[in-house]
Amino acid sequence: MDFTLSKKHEMARTLFREFAEKEVKPLAIEVDETEEFPRVTVEKMAKAGFMGIPIPKEYGGQGCDILTYAMCVEELSKVCGTTGVIVSAHTSLCCDPILTFGTEEQKQKYLPDLAAGRKIGAFGLTEPGAGTDAQGQQTKAVLDGEEWVLNGSKIFITNGKEADVYVIFAITGMVEKRGRMTKEISAFIVEKGTPGFTFGTKEKKMGIRGSSTYELIFTDCRIPKANMLGQQGKGFNIAMHTLDGGRIGIAAQALGIGEGALERTIAYVKERKQFGKAIGAFQNTQFQLADMATKAQAAQYMVYKAATTKDQYTKDHKTSYSVEAAMAKLYAAEMAMEVTTKAVQLHGGYGYTREYEVERMMRDAKITEIYEGTSEVQRMVISANLLK
Amino acid sequence: MKIVVCIKQVPDTKGGVKFNPDGTLDRAAMMTIMNPDDKAGLEAALRLKDQYGAEVTVITMGLPKAEDVLREAMAMGADKGILVTDRVLGGADTWATSQTLAGAIRNLEYDLIITGRQAIDGDTAQVGPQISEHLGIPVISYAQKIEIDGDSVIVERQFDDRYHVLKAKMPCLITALAELNPPRYMTPGGIFDACDAELTVWGRANLIDVEDSNLGLKGSPTQIAKASDKVRKGQGEKINKDVTESVDYIVGKLKDRHVI
Repeated sequence: MDFTLSKKHEMARTLFREFAEKEVKPLAIEVDETEEFPRVTVEKMAKAGFMGIPIPKEYGGQGCDILTYAMCVEELSKVCGTTGVIVSAHTSLCCDPILTFGTEEQKQKYLPDLAAGRKIGAFGLTEPGAGTDAQGQQTKAVLDGEEWVLNGSKIFITNGKEADVYVIFAITGMVEKRGRMTKEISAFIVEKGTPGFTFGTKEKKMGIRGSSTYELIFTDCRIPKANMLGQQGKGFNIAMHTLDGGRIGIAAQALGIGEGALERTIAYVKERKQFGKAIGAFQNTQFQLADMATKAQAAQYMVYKAATTKDQYTKDHKTSYSVEAAMAKLYAAEMAMEVTTKAVQLHGGYGYTREYEVERMMRDAKITEIYEGTSEVQRMVISANLLK
Repeated sequence: MKIVVCIKQVPDTKGGVKFNPDGTLDRAAMMTIMNPDDKAGLEAALRLKDQYGAEVTVITMGLPKAEDVLREAMAMGADKGILVTDRVLGGADTWATSQTLAGAIRNLEYDLIITGRQAIDGDTAQVGPQISEHLGIPVISYAQKIEIDGDSVIVERQFDDRYHVLKAKMPCLITALAELNPPRYMTPGGIFDACDAELTVWGRANLIDVEDSNLGLKGSPTQIAKASDKVRKGQGEKINKDVTESVDYIVGKLKDRHVI
């Protein structure tokens, strides 16, 4: 077992860190305040190749691994949680299912533009009545000649209005499963601008406020038959597989948020003086920092472990990374929440103001315990594997 | 078109500076970066490659760890990297460095050689022009803009209050300013390729038409008498007077010290 990063990964980290410091950090407060999608940053990330890190070169990507992608999301999220999730949702939730389940034609058609960042990707599974319970879906797709006709709506969609390519799930029929009639779910690739595909309201969120979170509405939206992703009826599997990968991205985002808050807190406690000495000289501060750093380090190992396990899956198409991803997301998200909360506490009154970024980080951290499977869902995934 | 870019690994000003007992920099012990002027020169070469198509070769003289700066350049888009490293080349001043680089470049075909104006460690701005002298080709220094016109280059050479437009037939050498253009980032895929790429490593034996007496510390006319880290300035003196009194006070101080 070797915990040392390769030269490639060390260099990649240097790149991501430099980019984050120079291009992302200066805009982080503004992005949060204005709730504006950082389009300029996305264009810069596209130019630097960040929008297609694990996509093979034959489809216009960077041909790197999931670990490199996770490190990118981690470094971006250290300075801006919004920017981290834009890359994560685009890569894990749109590029990855097209790469894994798409036909050669679909890959050739969509991946080069997505990998180069000329187009942004999104993923639509959640509905008002279907979050954790994917079977609660209402969106339907009915085949009419050579087209599927989509009706329904999706909510809380990351990259919502800014994306160009969407992976959307809908009910395509009813099938008998273990003696019960259940919904047959299928996946589709839907392009922005398709007639009948519109946007509903923008969500006003607690954190990751620059991320474009919208409702997607489908009203007799006709999409070509060729845009079904994977086989008919395999949508649930595609969604679960995709979310397993997505969790690594969100775990990396949570990791970055926690690490970012820790870095700022270390700097702050060295400067802030009370009772004639820096607050870092008090044992309470030291012990808090020690706990924060230990948990952040543990989370990093778990995220990197999950990422390299998915890399193994890329090679052999057998290795399961579901449990590793669930554990990494569960632990990193809870670490992020705990570390950012402590960071605010150690900053005292200043930490509660929006001038000091730990306040934003605490708000950003919360969503990592909720989206792409709540912490409770992660516990279900982990325990189901233990008791199977 | 074939472009050779000379780059140097220099101490990162964010890290501490360390010296050898002989006054030269202890490069092995310091954090390093690609010299900013050289990085702008590399960016200029890569833009010419994007625009006209070119093969860009980066070359550096240094310790074995200087391969990092070559791989960084390749991760940005350079095609080949050459590391010139040999114990006998250590301790070189600008004369010995330019002799070494010219000796290495004589192995290569080139239309254009681009170097940075100067390195942030030595700040001499001598190596680029010296290489051109050794190779017997024209040099245009302090380039703020570079264009290709057939078999010539048209370069804006920066001056304090103006710039000169110069045209030179290739092959020629250009020294680039950091302001020339903002360098691009490495790409993740570029990093992976650069780390897998084979670098060319040359030693003394590969240098063409260079005398031993012009190499390394022994071949360096420059002798460093003393070198030291920057001494941290004190608090200074704070005065609390109105504007007129402050001006008189400061002028008085400057006169006392014979500055004015």
